[in-house]
Amino acid sequence: MEDSDWFTLLHAAWTTVWISGISIILGVALGLVVAMLRAAKIPVVSQLLAVYVSLIRATPMVTLVLFLFVIAPSIGWEVDPRVVAIAAMTINTTAFNAEIWRGALTSFSREQVEAAKAAGMTTGLTLRRIMLPQMMTTSLPGLVNEMSLLVKSSPAIAMIGIVDLTRVTNRIAAVTYDPLPPILAAGLLYILIIGGLVRFQRIADSRAKRLAM
Amino acid sequence: MNGFKMIWDNIGLFGEGLQNTLVLFCVSGVLAFILACFLAFLLEGTENIPRKLIRWGLDLMRMLPFLIFLYLLYYGLPNVGLRLDVWSAGFFALITYHGAYFAEILRAARTSLPAGQAEAAYAHGFINSSMYWRILLPQMVMRSGPLFGNQLVCLLKDTAFLSIITLMDLTAAASAVQAKYFVPLPPFIFVIALYWSVTLVVETLLRRLSRRAQKRGLVHE
Repeated sequence: MEDSDWFTLLHAAWTTVWISGISIILGVALGLVVAMLRAAKIPVVSQLLAVYVSLIRATPMVTLVLFLFVIAPSIGWEVDPRVVAIAAMTINTTAFNAEIWRGALTSFSREQVEAAKAAGMTTGLTLRRIMLPQMMTTSLPGLVNEMSLLVKSSPAIAMIGIVDLTRVTNRIAAVTYDPLPPILAAGLLYILIIGGLVRFQRIADSRAKRLAM
Repeated sequence: MNGFKMIWDNIGLFGEGLQNTLVLFCVSGVLAFILACFLAFLLEGTENIPRKLIRWGLDLMRMLPFLIFLYLLYYGLPNVGLRLDVWSAGFFALITYHGAYFAEILRAARTSLPAGQAEAAYAHGFINSSMYWRILLPQMVMRSGPLFGNQLVCLLKDTAFLSIITLMDLTAAASAVQAKYFVPLPPFIFVIALYWSVTLVVETLLRRLSRRAQKRGLVHE
């Protein structure tokens, strides 16, 4: 492998990182929305969301990405594969994040909510000032764990022509006729990205434990 | 064209896909579990260099995306003179990759067992291997039921990656039917529903097993 191949690999790694990053940001926010809607127990909406979470949990990322990619033109959607990739990954990670947020929401201490009410705080204010800051700390380890799972399933977007860190190995191998070095190098870059997330998760974990005490 | 008719006309293709996915899932699931039991056995005991190396290997494996590992086996290994066909690469990848995850689940369960148990077993004359297989492992497995369920669902979903290296699984069947008629909705909805039902069956079976285990006093909350 030459120096320019390393540059190509790093560029592809950046593609993987930014597409995953946008999906993570959207997924964490939307997951919270889904969790709160489910906690509100609105008839029909609540059941639909429960089905959504269960269905997406069982759908492979490859299948979801392919499905959205082939369905997009027929519902009149301008197909930029990157948008499809972000949509698929967001739909996937939102379902998992919703479960994590829901766990934090249902296990939140009732006493604190009652105390806030007694002090005259509105529901919105209680949520913003009391519940969310604590829920963020307690859910962070789970959310970061889900982030690393998402990055690990991100190679599925290579299916629809995005040159991510997985697909780029084919590109380099097509020139050098030697697929082993680029695959090993891509594996190394993945380990660096996911290893970083795992380390972050450990830090988040110790912070969450401190809050629990 | 009617969606039901489209599925019915290609039912053979979907059947083949479902069968391949299920064979991959069941065989890899069982073998990965057995592999994990042996890996956890190798990790049993005081920390030394070989054990450290195994743990390192397991950690590295868990930081690798499944598809890159599959590429490594399928496209990378022929370079060093080892050519695997699609099926053996698929089985090998699924078993070793998920074996590492199962082993990690067992290892976590092992650390939650009280240390006095192993000492009591030693005092009663158990040797290391029979103590592991007869006393520790059953408890480790019983304690990690729900985690195994989650990991099995991940295994089922990872079988879909094998469609990328041209194995005729459920996802490949959907995409083949889609390519035939250029109507994407029915085949994909059908296949996603099949994945969903397999997941629900796996989860129901595991829940039944754990309830039965509880009834027989093998586990207690």
